[in-house]
Amino acid sequence: MAQASVAASRQNSWWHRNQQRLTPWLFLAPGILFFLFYVIFPIFQSFNLSLYEWDGLGQAEFVGTYNYEELYWDEAFYTSLKNNVIWLVLYLAAIPAGLFIALFLNQTVTGIRLYKSLFFFPFVISQVVVGLVFTWFYDPTFGILNVLLGAVGLPPMNVLGDENWVTVGIIVAGLWPQTAYCMILYLTGLNAVDPEQIEAGRLDGAKGWRMLWYIIVPQLRPATFIAFVVTIIGALRSFDLISVMTNGGPFGASRVLSFYMFEVALSEYGFRMGYGAAIAVVLFMIMLAFIAYFLWSMYKEERAR
Amino acid sequence: MRSILKTSAAAIAVLAATLGGASADGLTGNLKIFLDTSNPAPRATMEEMIAQFGEKNPDLTIETTVIDREAYKTQIRNFLTANAPDVANWYAANRMRPYVEAGLFEDVSDLWAEPAIAENLASTKGALTIDGKQWGVPYTYYQWGVYYRKDIFDELGLSEPATWEEEKANCQKILDAGKKCYTIGTKFLWTAGGWFDYLNMRTNGFDFHMDLLTGKASWQSDEVRKTFANWRELIDMGAFIDNHQTYSWQEALPFMVKGDAAAYLMGNFAVAPLRDAGLTDDQIDFYQFVEITPGVEKAEDAPTDTFHIPSKAQNKEAAREFLKFVVSPEVQTWINDGKHLGQLPVNAKSSVDNDKFLEQGFEMLSTNSPGGVAQFFDRDAPAEMAKIAMEGLQEFMVKPDNLDKILARLDRARERINK
Amino acid sequence: MFPTPIERTSRTWRISYQTLLPLALILWLLPLIAVAIFSVKPDSDFANANYWGWPSSFEGFTNYALVFTGSDMPQYLLNSFKITIPTVIGAVTLSCMTGFALGVYKFKANIWIFFMFVAGNFVPFQILMVPVRDLTLQMGLYNTITGLVLFHIAFQTGFCTLFMRNFIRALPFELIEAARVEGVAEWRIFWYVVLPLMKPAIAALSVLIFTFIWNDYFWAIVLTQGVESQPVTAGITSFNSQYRAAYHLMSAGSIVAALPPVAMFFLMQRHFIAGLTLGAVK
Repeated sequence: MAQASVAASRQNSWWHRNQQRLTPWLFLAPGILFFLFYVIFPIFQSFNLSLYEWDGLGQAEFVGTYNYEELYWDEAFYTSLKNNVIWLVLYLAAIPAGLFIALFLNQTVTGIRLYKSLFFFPFVISQVVVGLVFTWFYDPTFGILNVLLGAVGLPPMNVLGDENWVTVGIIVAGLWPQTAYCMILYLTGLNAVDPEQIEAGRLDGAKGWRMLWYIIVPQLRPATFIAFVVTIIGALRSFDLISVMTNGGPFGASRVLSFYMFEVALSEYGFRMGYGAAIAVVLFMIMLAFIAYFLWSMYKEERAR
Repeated sequence: MRSILKTSAAAIAVLAATLGGASADGLTGNLKIFLDTSNPAPRATMEEMIAQFGEKNPDLTIETTVIDREAYKTQIRNFLTANAPDVANWYAANRMRPYVEAGLFEDVSDLWAEPAIAENLASTKGALTIDGKQWGVPYTYYQWGVYYRKDIFDELGLSEPATWEEEKANCQKILDAGKKCYTIGTKFLWTAGGWFDYLNMRTNGFDFHMDLLTGKASWQSDEVRKTFANWRELIDMGAFIDNHQTYSWQEALPFMVKGDAAAYLMGNFAVAPLRDAGLTDDQIDFYQFVEITPGVEKAEDAPTDTFHIPSKAQNKEAAREFLKFVVSPEVQTWINDGKHLGQLPVNAKSSVDNDKFLEQGFEMLSTNSPGGVAQFFDRDAPAEMAKIAMEGLQEFMVKPDNLDKILARLDRARERINK
Repeated sequence: MFPTPIERTSRTWRISYQTLLPLALILWLLPLIAVAIFSVKPDSDFANANYWGWPSSFEGFTNYALVFTGSDMPQYLLNSFKITIPTVIGAVTLSCMTGFALGVYKFKANIWIFFMFVAGNFVPFQILMVPVRDLTLQMGLYNTITGLVLFHIAFQTGFCTLFMRNFIRALPFELIEAARVEGVAEWRIFWYVVLPLMKPAIAALSVLIFTFIWNDYFWAIVLTQGVESQPVTAGITSFNSQYRAAYHLMSAGSIVAALPPVAMFFLMQRHFIAGLTLGAVK
């Protein structure tokens, strides 16, 4: 390319004048198109589909709010909703647990780096495998849980076969990788804690828990925010573990909305697409509250810059 | 292992020539077959059968796709509409209804009008009929019943029961010996459907059972309550293994193999894994589910597996020939023998293999099932109802006190589904 | 540093910390250790109820050989690579571009487009299930690797854009200003100025997306259905139904399925952790 002449000729070209304005759009176009096509439009399609009755084979039939009325009467829906709330609450335990382990590992002894990465290990393993392993732990005939319970004189239990324990049992399995995730976020956060403030705190006589609560935790705010975001999202998306560990059972006691939706729409006995979409809409509405909060926090931060 | 087996016409021609020349039927073009027979033995059987058909039709290019059995159940919806093969296998009765009603299966009443089929397949015609037309052909079926540990029965001095009282008396003795009467794994629900099928058919008869499953009778009726009352007797005795809700049907097998449980209400496919686990034919035996209400004609579960031609198939002529080939007496005899599927042939002219379970099953279904032959809970009831109901059955087995709540829920579902 | 560095504490605490550390690790990884031990046990251990004890003989080779020869696992593994690698390339490419556009240029819609990506990324993806499956069917891509890859790229673009945009924001803007003053075309600024600086972010993001996609199970069962296209996470469940109650084989299969992201993590550890915290905490 003959740089000089080209540069001269395009000085006044339309493109050159508008380059700064147009470039971002050209760069954005493929990403936006993909995203609109596969993510944004399908969200609206789900809303639309929830007003229809459709078995995936014939013609979809418009039924208005019928699917939502059905939801109102559906006990399985309430069970799923209740379990979603339990997931949301208990899953948050990953945050303090992650912080605790991060504090435990935030040292400089030899080999600590290897320890840190081994502690993080569970996060890189597929939830399908995690679910499988925990199923064996809970197994009523040979599971190690009952061996341990027996050792301390407690009666055996069938965690995944008991409608009152099953959800908790699955959440515990989910907490394992999620705690590892939160731990790594906090380890990085701890690196960024201002040493001067710690020293100042020490001079003021702050120690242990008081130091942690009043000086460290406030500085870890960004890490906590991210840990909160990923944990909430993880809780609402929970599917793999339920599918692998219980398939929603016993008698539907471990379903959550995302699993129930899959079950009614795409499983062996399913194919109520409209009904599945209606469940999806409800789940989306719950998530929307959190998304709005996340975006608001980010927006404030952007403005503050 | 390759899932797509492409058999080129040339290779078949060579094979046919070396075998000394099978006559060609003159079929040409491609024949695409989709199968769900993903387990090793059925898969090999189907591939062998298709190869034989290929030998007879050297000008036909056959392409077989074997899909995982569970995946197939959802995938069929897609391929019937988008990417139809010429032949696909499936299940009879209500399980094929959605596809028949959506116009996705070809009407093959013409085949059933041919004498060779009309006369020899009469017993399964009903299961393939919807709206007075036939929508496919069967290729195998199998009996359900009680498979039990004969050595344990002998040890405890028990004999095969014939009545409900005898069944319970046997069970009590088994329990007294510190074992469970029945193993079962209800994690995937359908096994509980088998128990309900039998208890309800024996308590109230075949016709009521069908009315219930097709939504004509109420789940809160006295008849249904009586069935559950009978079931509850066993549950209260502690007849079933504990924690069955966490096991699949395969995971429940070891209880019987180890002798912790004496019997298993199952389909004949349970025999193979029991034998594989080391039980000999002297240790296992079979009896027909006992009479409960005297005078009610016995009816049996005998699920039938089928072949269909999708309406969007390209080569329907070859597909029809293939269906005729599958149900022919010779093919039926060998594909169902103990070395292959180990099930029952659908053609009356075929012979049943020399296997004690197959012989007993064939005998039972042909002479001692006057009430009728049911397909199975989740094949007779609409899919959606089956799912909700089987979940209720599992709940009942774990929490029998919830019965009223469960029945009310099922009735509400029935009203919605059949509106 | 908090808590107080161990070197500055009492001797007893120092020693107990040093012993506690490996104990805690073993406890933490117990589930994995159990699977690893399961996977080298002989069949007979399970029949004899020796579940949690030491293997009575070492059958690792037999078990793992069976996973590779007696099942479709090799095909599933191959599929997983065929799905994961194009997705990583696609999503990272797209998000370098979107991240550049959103990180460098100031225009009115900027923040809203950014929020669209972020919100889409936070959506419980199950809401997309029915429409995306339908879309894929209509395009004839159902049960194909391509269909799965295209969706993954699109969905991951949300997260990747968030990541890249935040990274580019933190780059020294003066470099770009300087290039502009010299009259360098915008796309050349992207290619010659920004992209080289993004290398650490690209590495981090690639490792991260690799793990996410490799471990995906939900979309694998929604959009694909057979040996010819399903990844190993879905494959492992059909492997397990083939070998139900054969715990040694299920364990060996699980370990094989879990290995690639684990290897990736250990090889690229620094990038990985940088990735997790970089895009996020910024």
